[in-house]
Amino acid sequence: MMDVLIHGGRVIDPANGLDGIANVMIKDGCIAAVGEGKHKAGTEIDASGLIVCPGLVDMHVHLREPGQEWKEDVESGSKAAVAGGVTSMCCMPNTTPRLDHAGVIRQVIERAGEIGLCNVHPIAAVTKNLDGKELTEMRELAHAGAVAFSDDGMPVWHGGIMRKALEYASSFGFLIIQHAEDLQLTQDGCVNEGWISTQLGVEGMPAEGEDDMVARDIMLTRLVDARYHVAHISSKGAVELVRRARNEGLKISAEAAPHHFALTEEEVLGFNTDAKMNPPLRTEEDRQAVIEGLSDGTIEIIATDHAPHHEDDKRCGLSCAAFGIVGLETMLPVSLGLVRDGMLSLPDLLAKMTSNPAKLLNLDTGTLSHDAVADVCIFDPEATWRLDRNKLFSKSKNTPWHDKAMTGKVTHTIKGGRIVFEHGTIHA
Amino acid sequence: MKHLFGIAQLSREQIEYLVNLGASFVELSRRSVKKAPTLRGKTIINLFFENSTRTRTSFELAGKRLSADVINISASTSATKKGESLLDTGETLAAMQPHVLVIRHAIAGTCEFLADYLPDTSIVNAGDGAHEHPTQILTDLLTLKQTWDSPQGKVITIVGDIAHSRVARSHLLAAQKLGYSVRVVAPKTLLPLAIERFGCEVYHDFDAAIPGSDVLYMLRMQTERMTSSCCFPSIREYHEAYGLNRRRLDMAGKDCVVMHPGPMNRGVEITSDVADSARSHILDQVECGVAVRMAVLTALCGGGQTEPVRRSRKREQAEAAMKAQGKLL
Repeated sequence: MMDVLIHGGRVIDPANGLDGIANVMIKDGCIAAVGEGKHKAGTEIDASGLIVCPGLVDMHVHLREPGQEWKEDVESGSKAAVAGGVTSMCCMPNTTPRLDHAGVIRQVIERAGEIGLCNVHPIAAVTKNLDGKELTEMRELAHAGAVAFSDDGMPVWHGGIMRKALEYASSFGFLIIQHAEDLQLTQDGCVNEGWISTQLGVEGMPAEGEDDMVARDIMLTRLVDARYHVAHISSKGAVELVRRARNEGLKISAEAAPHHFALTEEEVLGFNTDAKMNPPLRTEEDRQAVIEGLSDGTIEIIATDHAPHHEDDKRCGLSCAAFGIVGLETMLPVSLGLVRDGMLSLPDLLAKMTSNPAKLLNLDTGTLSHDAVADVCIFDPEATWRLDRNKLFSKSKNTPWHDKAMTGKVTHTIKGGRIVFEHGTIHA
Repeated sequence: MKHLFGIAQLSREQIEYLVNLGASFVELSRRSVKKAPTLRGKTIINLFFENSTRTRTSFELAGKRLSADVINISASTSATKKGESLLDTGETLAAMQPHVLVIRHAIAGTCEFLADYLPDTSIVNAGDGAHEHPTQILTDLLTLKQTWDSPQGKVITIVGDIAHSRVARSHLLAAQKLGYSVRVVAPKTLLPLAIERFGCEVYHDFDAAIPGSDVLYMLRMQTERMTSSCCFPSIREYHEAYGLNRRRLDMAGKDCVVMHPGPMNRGVEITSDVADSARSHILDQVECGVAVRMAVLTALCGGGQTEPVRRSRKREQAEAAMKAQGKLL
C-alpha cells in the first residue's frame, strides 16, 4: 500500500480538538502523523484551501441488500457513500430477509468487505421480522457484527415489548434506536399534518405522533436505566423532550437528518413525491427547533436516513408513493449550510458526522488520532455545483435536491489509507 | 387555458368567464334540439376511477351536446391503485390522441401528476381525492347566479364532512377570489387542521351558524375516504347535530337556499322535506352542471377549427435520440 501525504489543508479532527493547517501522513493504512512535518510519500495530495477531516460516519442508511437490490445494494450504496465522503455507515435491518439473524448480518459485512470501499456496520432488528413481538437474539447478533438494534421503518410500538427490549439490550450495553412513530396517530398519513396537508387534501401525520412515542420511551429508559437513541428526530416537541431527558442525565441521544434541518413541508406542495419521507418534512418552527437542538448539543449526530427507492415507487400520486429520499451524496453540502448560517462551527458540525456517532456506537473510526485506521475525507467547503440526480452513484435517484445549487464538494475519500474516491471518480 | 386542475389555478376573471359562458349554455340544454357544433371533431375521454353518476353523465352530456366524440371509462380503483399503472393507463389513452381527458381519482394530485407525462392532452379534474373539484364550484356559482347578481358578500355555510371534501376545499379557494364568505360547520373529527387559514369561520354548533347564511350547503359523509370509523359515533347522533331539517331551515332567513353537491343521503345530512322544498336548489345544480362543463370543455378546446396533427412528445424524444445515435436518418 502506498503512503499518502495530504499537505497544506485545514485539518479538523474533532475527537482530538484539532483545527489548523497541517499535513496528514498516512503509512500502512494508518495515520502516522498530523502536524507540520512533511515526509516523502508515494502519493501526495495538495489540500491547500481544502478541509481534511476523518471519513464521515453515517449511522442511518438503507442499503436494500438483501432483497431489494434494484433500489440499492451494498456496492452501489458504498459508492454513493464514498462519493459523499462517508467511510463508515450503518445499515438498517428492514431488508428481505430482515437483519434479524447472524447469518444475514455476516453476509452484509462480508459483501462490504469484498467491495472494500466503505465500512458497513449493520444495525440488527430489535424484534424478529420487525414484527414488534419477540426479541431477537441480540447477543448473537452483536457477536456477528451488529452495532445497535432498531426496527427502523417501524417503531417498536408496544410499550411492554419496548421495555423488555431496553432492559435486555442494556444488560449487555447495547443501544436501542427507535423510529419514533405512534402508528395509531399517523395512520394513513403521507405528509406532516397541518395547513399543507389540509390544502393538498391528503392525510397528515401529526408531529404529536413522534412526540408521544419519544415521551413514552424516555420514561421507559428512565425506568430501566437503558441506552436509547431517537432516529431522524424531526419535531420541536421531540427535541424538547430529548433536551430535558439529557439534562436529567439519562443515556439518551438523537440524530437529525439533513432534510429535516434544511427543508420544510412546503416542499411537498405540487404533490412532490421526492419530498415525501417518514418522518415527514415538518414546519419551519420544527426545522428551527432541530437546528437549535443541533446547535446546543441536544442532537449530537447527523445521519442521512438514506432511503433509495425506484422511480416506479415515486412516479405516482403523493399518497401512494414510497417514503424516503437518498442522502449519502448530499449529506455534507447540505449540512454545511448550518455553518454558513452561523448555527454551528465547522468542527462542531464535523463532530456530529464523525466522532460523535463513532463514540455512540463504539466504532474504531471517526478520528485522525495517531495509529488510527486512515479513513479520511477531504472537501472543498466553497466549491459550488449543481446536483444532477442522474449522476448520483446510488442506484436510486429520489432526491429533492435535483438541479439545486450545492456548496461544498468532496474531493477525496480515503479508506484504510487507500484513495477510494477522487474528483468524481471511484477507485474500486 | 390548457388544463383545469382546480380553482387554485384560476383567477377571478377566469372563474367569472367560465360561469358566464356556462349561463349561455343553460338555454341550449332547454331547447328541444340540444346540439351545437362547437366541439365537432374533438375527442373527450371520461376516465373515472371512482364511482360517479352525476359528474360523469354531466361531462358526457356536455361533450355530446357540443358535438364532441365522448368515451367513458370506469376503471376500478383497486386494479389501478399503484401510480405506475395509473400512468400506464393515462399514457395509453393519451396515445389515442384525445383532446381532453376528464379524470376522477381517489388520489389527490392525480391530474397534476398525469399532466407532467401527457404533454399533448388537456386534463380536467373531475375530483381528486379530498383535494379539488373545480367544476362543482363553477356549477354552484352558475346556479346561484340565477338568484344573485354576484356572490360578493354572500355567506355560504358548508355543513358536514369538511375533512374529506374536495368540494369544501374548492369553495374555500373560490370564496377568497370572489369575495364571498364561507362558514364551515362540523365536529372537529370532520375538520382538517388549520382549516381556518382558508379565511373561513369555523363552527361546531350548526344552529349558531345558520343566522346570516345565504346558502346552507350540505355535504355527504365520505365514508369511503375515512381512515377510522370514529369520525362520528352514529348516524342518529350526526343527524341530530348536523342534519338539515325543517326546524333549522326555519331559523334561516327567508332568502336562504339549500344546496347539495350530491349524492344525498336523505335522513342523514338532510331531511326529505327540506331536500324537496322550494328552497332547495339541488336539481338546479344538476342542470347547471351540464352547462358549466360545456363551458369548461369549450374553453379548453376552443372552437371548431382543426389543428395540425400533433405527435407525442415521447415519440419525438425517441426519434431525436435515435437520430443522435445515427440509427435514424
